[in-house]
Amino acid sequence: MQITSQQFKQAASRKLNDAKLQKALGNAKGKLVVTRARSILELDNFEQIREAAARIRDFGMQHMDVLLEEWERKATAAGTIVHWVEQPQDVNAKVIEIARRHQVRKIIKSKSMLGEETGLNRALEQAGIDVRETDLGEYIIQQAGETPSHIIAPAVHKSRDDISDLFAQKHQRRRLTDIAALTHEAREILRPHFLDADMGISGANFIVAETGSTMIVTNEGNGRMTTTMPRVHVAITGVEKIIPTLEDVSLVLRLLTRSATGQSISNYLSFTTGPRREGDKDGPGEFHVIIVDAGRTKVLASDMREALRCIRCGACMNHCPVYQNIGGHAYGWVYPGPIGSILTPSYVGLENAIDLPNAATLCNQCGVVCPVKIPLPDLMRKLREKQVEQGLRPWGERLGLKLWAWAARRPGVYALLTRIAARLGSWAGGRDARLRHLPPGGSGWTDQRDFPAPQGKTFRELYAGRRGRE
Amino acid sequence: MKVGLFVTCLVDLMRPSIGFCALKLLESAGCEVVVPATQTCCGQPGYNSGDRKAAQALARKVLDEFESCECVVVPSGSCSGMIRAHYPELLSEFPALKARVDALAAKTYELTDFLQNMVRLDHVPGRFEGTVTYHDSCSGLREMGVKAQPRALLAKVPGLSIREMQQPEQCCGFGGTFAVKYGDISARIADLKCQDVEATGADALVLGDLGCMLNIEGRLRRRGDTRTRVLHVAEVLAGAAGESRP
Repeated sequence: MQITSQQFKQAASRKLNDAKLQKALGNAKGKLVVTRARSILELDNFEQIREAAARIRDFGMQHMDVLLEEWERKATAAGTIVHWVEQPQDVNAKVIEIARRHQVRKIIKSKSMLGEETGLNRALEQAGIDVRETDLGEYIIQQAGETPSHIIAPAVHKSRDDISDLFAQKHQRRRLTDIAALTHEAREILRPHFLDADMGISGANFIVAETGSTMIVTNEGNGRMTTTMPRVHVAITGVEKIIPTLEDVSLVLRLLTRSATGQSISNYLSFTTGPRREGDKDGPGEFHVIIVDAGRTKVLASDMREALRCIRCGACMNHCPVYQNIGGHAYGWVYPGPIGSILTPSYVGLENAIDLPNAATLCNQCGVVCPVKIPLPDLMRKLREKQVEQGLRPWGERLGLKLWAWAARRPGVYALLTRIAARLGSWAGGRDARLRHLPPGGSGWTDQRDFPAPQGKTFRELYAGRRGRE
Repeated sequence: MKVGLFVTCLVDLMRPSIGFCALKLLESAGCEVVVPATQTCCGQPGYNSGDRKAAQALARKVLDEFESCECVVVPSGSCSGMIRAHYPELLSEFPALKARVDALAAKTYELTDFLQNMVRLDHVPGRFEGTVTYHDSCSGLREMGVKAQPRALLAKVPGLSIREMQQPEQCCGFGGTFAVKYGDISARIADLKCQDVEATGADALVLGDLGCMLNIEGRLRRRGDTRTRVLHVAEVLAGAAGESRP
């Protein structure tokens, strides 16, 4: 996907003033927070399960090489054709190569965020192949020619009205407003494509070393049909999706669905272990899995490696005060919100996403809800440190910090400066003790807020005076 | 008990009265309070802006100034959280300091946590006629576990009643330099906090962090709300709420 994270600031401002988006975000706001909180209460040992899930994911990362080889052995034994791809752009070429070999004209696809990373749909279309997203949210996004704004609710930025208009225009049918009716219409449109598609593409929530399986978690059934109906299936997935055993999957799943949608379990769990066997009623005749690096091993070797634990539940974005107010598109790449603010600079370069690690209050609500305990604010802070080390921050900010640090280490100088500032601020605050405008550099504060004025003297001078009198 | 009071740079510069309220509360709890005269800042602005070296220099300065105290008390969740939750990581490049840093971190307390759980303050000097609502600041809540302590102390203030917001734990949008760098996002988040505060109909918003205080008060006033007072919990507990300006 084209990255536009460098326009974060302008994009975020536009999103704040986009009345339609704000309405859609307002409708969604809090729903997933409430359902998650409720479903977590079903577990009487949530924190222990979280600890265990983090350990399982870490184990997977530490032994990624061995586990991936084990997975490949099992998968190959089951008849899966395994491909290893290092660069994101080579994923598309590999998928197209497989499609061409099978004379594929139409593909049905269930959700894949990795496919978003590589811009897979566009590449397939350019190769003259008809590709249909079948997850309802992704279907909406594809019809609208947009990109997902959330990793599990890709169309969360759209209101029901938007979708009514979109469907009426694209389907050339009567405009519907009832959600159930809209969903039904999408099913009607999609059904023939499931039946005559030549190939299915899916991602994977996990790949299980013990069994050589790929696994997807879905609610709509489209994933099950995508993986079983067409004659060829291709699953694309990152190396970090490796998980040792089925037992481990079952533990992590208890957190994944609860953290994502507040469900105790999703409607469908589909494991695929090889193509259709003798006697099977369904399943693809050929089953390919493309295992992709696309920057993962570089992250594994860095101090950002905890981010690879991510199980893509979206809880960090649902709970983020920034995401809640600007939505996902402003972040400018595939993964929005707190985890995106780590993954985007890690995958596409720190210098291509300067704002992201800084555009957070470090409130740590994300860290508290993350089911695999990724220390998101700590990782953002580390990225901020890297920006400073690499000279990527604006010179004014660097100078300001240098001056502040220089003064704060010299109590005498600092006392003098703060006395002056306290007096100036108090004087400028006037009778009602508030500043309507701060000088350049501080206007970000006062454009929409007053700045309460200081009281006029510093604590240290008042305290010294008091001690003097005693 | 010999307690070091770290007033924090924002209290020092913006609202020294809060520092004196904290002092009064600690003294009324029978503590011998020391206020190191050379204290400036805990280093958080540098730490959160990626200037690790600047933050380290200030952390070492705080360590030198406060390690002789039996306890360090801070009228701020974020500055106490900086010392307790982040200094050990921040100074991890200096293994020779480890024992000293860990000791400092372990004896650093947020003010209400200290008053409620360490010295078990029974009688608070303050009085407040009216209803207040309490905002849980992010670092206080999630780094220092401050939630029940200020409410328990406020419940001891004669005349005061508490009415909770819908989302008292939701961030106010301050985030240090975030409030300036991303002013419009920050102000929008603050706006939602203001709506939550105003919906309670409380006479005052009470909180324990100056950053959130400046942010929410600034947005309340810009919204035209000159009625809701914004008070630091120390001011209410110490009985200075009557003197503070609306």
